[in-house]
Amino acid sequence: MTTTTLAVLVPLLPFLGAVAGLLLGRTAPGFVRPLAVLPTLTSLVLAALVAVRQGGGAAVDSATELTPTGSVPIELALHIDGFAALVAVLVGLVASCVQIYSTGYLRDDPRYPSYAALVSLFTSAMFLVVYSGDLIVLLVGWEVMGICSYFLVGHYWETPEARAASLKAFLVTKLGDVPFLIGLFALATDAGSFRITRILGTVATGGLDHPTLIALLLLAGVAGKSAQFPLHTWLPDAMAGPTPVSALIHAATMVAAGVYFIARLLPVFEASQAAMVVLAVMAAVTMTGSALAALAQDDIKRVLAYSTIGQLGYMTGALAVGDRGAAVFHLLSHGAFKALLFLAAGVIIHAAGTNSLAAMSRMRNLRDRVPDAYWTMTVALLALAAIPPFSGFFSKEAVLGVAEHVVTGHTEHAPAAAGWIVLVAGLVAAVLTAAYAMRLWLLAFRGRGIEAPDHGRQPLTMTVVLWVLAIPSLALGGFAFRLLPDWFDGRDLGPTLTTSVLGTGVALVGAIVTYAAWRHTSALTARVPLGAVAAHPEGDAGLVEAEAIATHEPAYGDIAYAPDPADPGRLLLGPLHRHAAAGFHLDAVYTAFFVRPVQAGASLVRFLDREVVETYVRGAGALPRWLGAAVRRAQTGNVQTYVSALLAGTVVLAVAVVLATTGA
Amino acid sequence: MTLAISAALLATGPAPGAAAGTHGFLSPTGVEIAFLLVGLVTFGAALVTVTTRQLVHAALWLVVTLGGLAVEYLLLTAEFIAWVQVLIYVGSVVVLLLFGLMLTRAPIGRSPDADSGNRWAALTVAVAAAAALVWVVVDAFRTTWIDLDGPAAGSTEATGASLFQNWVLPFEALSVLLLAALVGAIVLSRKAKADSSSPPMNAQALTESSHAVTESSGSSEQEGAR
Amino acid sequence: MHLAYPAVLSALLFCTGLYGVLARRNAILVLMSVELMLNAVNLNLVAFDVWLSRTAEETLHSGQALTLFTIAIAAAEIGIGLAIVLAVHRNRGTADIDKLRDTSERHDPDDPDHDARTAGQSDEAQKAEATA
Repeated sequence: MTTTTLAVLVPLLPFLGAVAGLLLGRTAPGFVRPLAVLPTLTSLVLAALVAVRQGGGAAVDSATELTPTGSVPIELALHIDGFAALVAVLVGLVASCVQIYSTGYLRDDPRYPSYAALVSLFTSAMFLVVYSGDLIVLLVGWEVMGICSYFLVGHYWETPEARAASLKAFLVTKLGDVPFLIGLFALATDAGSFRITRILGTVATGGLDHPTLIALLLLAGVAGKSAQFPLHTWLPDAMAGPTPVSALIHAATMVAAGVYFIARLLPVFEASQAAMVVLAVMAAVTMTGSALAALAQDDIKRVLAYSTIGQLGYMTGALAVGDRGAAVFHLLSHGAFKALLFLAAGVIIHAAGTNSLAAMSRMRNLRDRVPDAYWTMTVALLALAAIPPFSGFFSKEAVLGVAEHVVTGHTEHAPAAAGWIVLVAGLVAAVLTAAYAMRLWLLAFRGRGIEAPDHGRQPLTMTVVLWVLAIPSLALGGFAFRLLPDWFDGRDLGPTLTTSVLGTGVALVGAIVTYAAWRHTSALTARVPLGAVAAHPEGDAGLVEAEAIATHEPAYGDIAYAPDPADPGRLLLGPLHRHAAAGFHLDAVYTAFFVRPVQAGASLVRFLDREVVETYVRGAGALPRWLGAAVRRAQTGNVQTYVSALLAGTVVLAVAVVLATTGA
Repeated sequence: MTLAISAALLATGPAPGAAAGTHGFLSPTGVEIAFLLVGLVTFGAALVTVTTRQLVHAALWLVVTLGGLAVEYLLLTAEFIAWVQVLIYVGSVVVLLLFGLMLTRAPIGRSPDADSGNRWAALTVAVAAAAALVWVVVDAFRTTWIDLDGPAAGSTEATGASLFQNWVLPFEALSVLLLAALVGAIVLSRKAKADSSSPPMNAQALTESSHAVTESSGSSEQEGAR
Repeated sequence: MHLAYPAVLSALLFCTGLYGVLARRNAILVLMSVELMLNAVNLNLVAFDVWLSRTAEETLHSGQALTLFTIAIAAAEIGIGLAIVLAVHRNRGTADIDKLRDTSERHDPDDPDHDARTAGQSDEAQKAEATA
C-alpha cells in the first residue's frame, strides 16, 4: 500500500468503527468493545507506519477534487509533513490508551456503546484535522471534534454541572469558530485556494492582502479550541465529563488542534507582527493566570485542566516567537504526560471516592491503594514541572530557549517584544507550575488522617495504560530533542545552558517553597475535618466520579473551591486565593457583559412578542370571531327566516338588474 | 265581510286602470270592468286567506280565491282551464287541505298564533316584491292589449287539439310524475307504521315521538287555557 | 282588454302567496299560500297565452298546456306536501314550521338555558374535534 492509502485509512478506520458501534450498540453489545479498541489501535499502527515512511523527508501531498465547488475549489487533500506524521502518532497513542482505559473505567455504564463510538468519531476527526491538506476538510474535522466534545462532556447528563458544562464548551468554542470560519474564507479569497500548500506559497511570495485581519480572526478560533485567554473558561468546567474524555479531548488532542493549526499556518501569522505580539500576550496571560488558578483549585481534575491551559500557553508562546518545532515538541511531550496525569487522576478519584484534594489530604495511605497511579503520576508531575531528565524538561526548555533566542535577536521571524513577553511569562509560569504540581502530589499522596477507603483493585486495563504512557513521559524528551529537528524545520531543539539552569532553578524554588508551606499548614489538616466521599466499592470508576462531581458543590459550596485552611496554595497565594479559585471571576465578567445584556434583550423581545405582536394577532382574530357569532345567531333553524332572507335578496337583485337594464 | 273588503279595495283598486286610462287609447270595456271587480274579490279573498286566524276559514277563503280565478279564466276565454281549475282546485285540493287540517288537529276557532314571528319580515319582503313586480309589469305592458274577440282561445277543442298534437310527450311524462307522486304519498304516509314494526328504528322513533308528544300536549294545554 | 289587468292581479296574488308562505305558522296554511302562488302563475300563463295566440299567431297554446301541467303538478305537490306534513305531525306532534328547528345552530356552551342533550352533543362535538 502506498503511504497515501495508509494515511487515508488512518481517519477512516475509527470513523467506520464509530458508525458500526452506533449501529450495533444495542443489538450486539459484545462487539462494542472490540469495535471501539481495534480500529483505534490499527490506526495507531498505520499512523506509525506513515510516520516511518514519511521519515521526516519531503511532505506527502495528494489531492483529489470530488466536485467543482465554485470560485475557490475544495479538495480532498492530504498534506503530511513531519509535524502531521508525529502528531498523528501521538493522537493514535493517546486515543488507543483512552479506549482501552475506558473499557475498564466505564465497565458498567449503560451508555458505553455511544460513548465509545463518540470517542472513535472524535479520534477520526482529529486524524482528519492532522492529515488534511485542505482548510475546509480541516474545518470539517474541527467542527466534528467540537460536537463530539459537547456530547462527551455531557456524558453524565443527569447532573446539572455536566449539562451546563457541555453547553458552555460548545457555545464558547463556537464563539471562536465563527470568526475562524470568516478568517478561513478571507484567507482562501486572498490565496485563491483552500489548499495549505498553495496558501503557504502565496504567503511566501507576499501575496496576502490582509495578514493581520486574517491572523486575528483565525486566532479567535484557535483561542476557543485551544482554551487560550480569553476563551479558555470552558475547559475547567468541561472536567464534568468522564476522566478518559478529559484525558483525550481536553488534554492531549483537541485542545492541541488549535496549536497544531497555527503551527501549520505559521507563515500566515508571521506575516503580521501585530498578530505575533497578540499571540505572545495571549500566551503570557494564559500561562500565568492559569497557573495561579491551578494553585487554588480543589478538584484534582480542575487543577489538571488549568495546567493544560497553561501548557497550551507555552505552546502558543513558542509559536509567538516563531518556532513551531518547539511548539509541536511540547505538544507531543505534553500530550503524553497530560494524558497520563488525567488517567492516573481517574484511578485516584475511583480509589479515593472523591475528586477533592482537601478530602484526599485527609486520607492516609492513598498511595498504597493505587501504587501504579502513584508512581506514574509522580513521573508525569515531574515532567509537568520540567525537572530533568523527564520529557517536559526538554520540550519546555526548547520553548524557553527559542524565546531567549528571539530576545537576544538571533532570529528575524518574531519581534523581540514577543520574545521578552514569552520568556518572562514562561519563567513565572515555571515557578507556579512546579508549585501546583508539588501541591497536587503532596495533597493527594501525602495525606494524613483516616485510612483511605478500600475500593478494591483497579482493573488491569486501567493500570497497564498508565505504564504505557509513563514511558514517553519519562524518556521521550531525552531522545527526541536530537531526532525531532530532522522531522521539523531543522532548528535545534536542545536545551541551552542559560534557560536550563534558569528554568530548573525556578522550578525547584517553586517546589521547595510549596513543600515548606505544606509542612507549615499540614498540621491543621487533622483539626479541620472536611470532605465528602462517594463509597461504591462495587461500582465502576465512572459512577464514582459522577457522584464525586455531583457532590462537590453541595459539600463545599463551590465547584472549584474548598474552605480548607490546610491548603498550601492558600498560604502561598494569600488574598489572591479566593479569586484564583474562581478563575479570576472571568465567568462573572462574561455574565455581566454578555449574558445579562443578551438575556435582557431576549426578555424584551419576549415582552414585545407576548404583549404587542400577540395583541395584534388576537385583534385580528376578534373580528372574524364576532362576525362568526353574528352569523351563527342568524342560524335559527327557522326555514321561513331563511326563505325571507333569500327572497329579500332576490328582490333586491331583481330591482338592481331592472334599474341597470333600464338605465335608471 | 267579503263585500266590505271588496268595497274597501275598490276605492284603491282602479289605480292601474286609471293609469292605463290616462294613456288613454281605450276606455274601459265591460269585460275589463268585470275582470277588475272579480279580480278585486279574488285578491281580497287571497289576502284574507293569508291573514285570517281561523285555519278552516282560511281554507274556505281559498275556495273563494280559486273560484274567482276560475271566473277570470272564463273572462280571458280560457274555458277549459277554468273548469279544470274548479274541478281540481276547488274540488280536490281544498278538500285535501281541509282533511289535512283535520288530521293535524288544527284548532277550530281563532288561534292567536296562526302567524309566526316572521310576519313583519314577510310583510316587508312581500310588499317590496309586489311593488317591484307591479312596477315592472305596468311599465312593460302599459301599451299592450288582448284582443278577446273572435273564437275562444281556450275552448276545449282548441286546448285538446294543441295538447294532444303538440304536447303529447310532456303529457305522458306528467302522468308518470303523477304516478310517482301517488306512490310517494303512500310511502310517506305508511312510513311511520313500517318504523314502528322494525325494532332498531323503534327506540329512536319512540324517544322522538315521546319527546314530541310531551311538547304537543303542553302546547295544546296552553291553547286550551287560552 | 288591457294586459296589465291580469298581469297586475297575478303579481299581487303572487306576493300575497309569498307573504303567506313567509308569515304563516301552520304548515298547511303555508301549503295553501303555495297554491296561491301557483295560481298566480297560472293566471299569468293563461293571460299571455290568450294575448300571444292572437297577436303573434302562436298556435301551440303553450301557455294553456303549461297551465294544465302546473295544475297537475300542483295536485301532486299538495298530495306529497300533505303527506309530509302529516308524517311530521305524527312524529313531532306539531305542524308548526317555526318549531321544526333541527338545523339551527346550537346554543353556546356558556349559555345558561341549554339543556342536557345539547350539552352532551356539544361535548361529543368537542371530543370529535379533539380526536380529529
